[in-house]
Amino acid sequence: MALTTLDTTSPGPSVEIRSSRNFASYGFGLIAVAPAMVLIGLLFAYPLGRLIVHSFSQPTWSVTNYDNVLTDPTTWRIMKITLFIALESMGLCLILGYPIAFAIASLTPVRARLVLAVVLFPFWTSILARMYAWEIILSQNGAVVSVLHHFGVTQPPNLLYNRVSVLLGMTHYLLPFMILALYSTMITIDRSVCEASSSLGASSLQTFLRVYFPLSLPGVFTGGLLVFILALGFYVTPATLGGPRDTTIAIYIQQRVNELEFGQATAMAVILLVVVSLLFFVYDRFLGFERLLRQGG
Amino acid sequence: MQLSVRTRFLLWAYAALVLIFLVGPLFVVVPVSFSANEFAEFPPVSYSTQWYGSYFHDPTWRDATIRSVKLGLTVTFVSLLCGGGVALALARFRIPFRGLIRVLAMTPLIVPTIIVALAVYSQYVDFHLVGSFWGLVAAHTILALPYVVLLLTNGLQQIDEVYEEASSVMGAGRLTTLRRVVLPMLAPSFVAAAVFAFVTSWDEVVMVLFLGGRMTTLPLKMFTYLQTGVTPTIAAVSTMLIALVMVLFIASTAWTRFRRTA
Repeated sequence: MALTTLDTTSPGPSVEIRSSRNFASYGFGLIAVAPAMVLIGLLFAYPLGRLIVHSFSQPTWSVTNYDNVLTDPTTWRIMKITLFIALESMGLCLILGYPIAFAIASLTPVRARLVLAVVLFPFWTSILARMYAWEIILSQNGAVVSVLHHFGVTQPPNLLYNRVSVLLGMTHYLLPFMILALYSTMITIDRSVCEASSSLGASSLQTFLRVYFPLSLPGVFTGGLLVFILALGFYVTPATLGGPRDTTIAIYIQQRVNELEFGQATAMAVILLVVVSLLFFVYDRFLGFERLLRQGG
Repeated sequence: MQLSVRTRFLLWAYAALVLIFLVGPLFVVVPVSFSANEFAEFPPVSYSTQWYGSYFHDPTWRDATIRSVKLGLTVTFVSLLCGGGVALALARFRIPFRGLIRVLAMTPLIVPTIIVALAVYSQYVDFHLVGSFWGLVAAHTILALPYVVLLLTNGLQQIDEVYEEASSVMGAGRLTTLRRVVLPMLAPSFVAAAVFAFVTSWDEVVMVLFLGGRMTTLPLKMFTYLQTGVTPTIAAVSTMLIALVMVLFIASTAWTRFRRTA
């Protein structure tokens, strides 16, 4: 306690002590970050840089790879499919996530923690187990079809390996992220502002639309962009629950690699990388992605 | 904002439905895993434990599980070591290129794994690292680092530096202070970081798909099963995984309760 007051009231000597310590800690700092930086340099920064260079230089220096990707109507369709799946799952996450985040934010902290634990339960569960669960639910021997049978539907619709199953799986995977993003913004909203609004005669709907909702918009943007970015590059769900008509960019990259068509794979990867980086730049401008994880942990 | 009783009821009814959407599907696999039939059906007509038997008697499932555990634990250890250093440097030391180091440690979180996997793959081909255990450890560590750095940096920022100053005033060296003052106080964040790191590796399939060569891990084996036709063995595996998470979940909730009351 004495030390803190000393630090704040007399900055002079404490700065001096600090700077003499920091001179030594320069070396400590470098040693401390070295292993991680070597690893990231060798296995992240360098390979990504190389990927970008290779997309232009392999097999020869040209833009052929991009030309191949961007003149093929199939790849345009794949990019459109990816975009739509990402937008649709973002929309679904918002529709499902906003009310529940709103409800959780109105609880006492202890109760909120309990409901958030339930929200986070699937987040901790194996993604493949979750995808398998959706396969069971949607398959012809599955839960939905047997319920439909019960109600006398003899020709049940095909629910698996199409856009419906992909969107269900994606939304199930992404929804916890969205709820956390919304919740972490909503708990910062000052409730007395809403009270002021209603005491001045606004109905609760007016208060929500004109006071609460605008204040929660940062969370909507953060959650939306986060979910959108995650959805753009996601592989597992379209690979397990999607059909041939749900080929996304990630699936396309993996298929080209399997066929040893590295040129097209790298060009597409770089295109996705550029899009994600641009989006992230926008995202970081809004709120920064760190506050999310503080809630998640 | 005062909500009417009816609005409140509707809101919570909707919230309950969303919660069922989130958690309900997980429990669908439980009855299927006890099916006596040859294929997955819901609800099963008759029950048996044969699919648990086929998991435990199949050496490929066992090997994949053991490999995943080893991989996860190694990744946890390596990423705590590397990430701990970065967190310490960011929170306590003066270092050059602080901003760049932060960004570098965080970006693996944003770049889609498929892109990183492709980039690392073409490098591993050159170095003959495809199919090597340590190659996978390194790749998964990259994915786990952002979580570790974030959680540990936050943890360190919450610890008042006064304790460290007190320790050094009383004559402790830097390493002693770290070991006997900082690390014990950082324990909760360390546990959280370890859990994130382990789960990142334990649940990861894209890197393994690209870099694993002939190696299979548990998620990769589940993935191939999902793609090639579904036997209920995977239901048994999924049920055990869900049960495991549930047990850990309850244990950690009970533990935090206990700590708060104690």
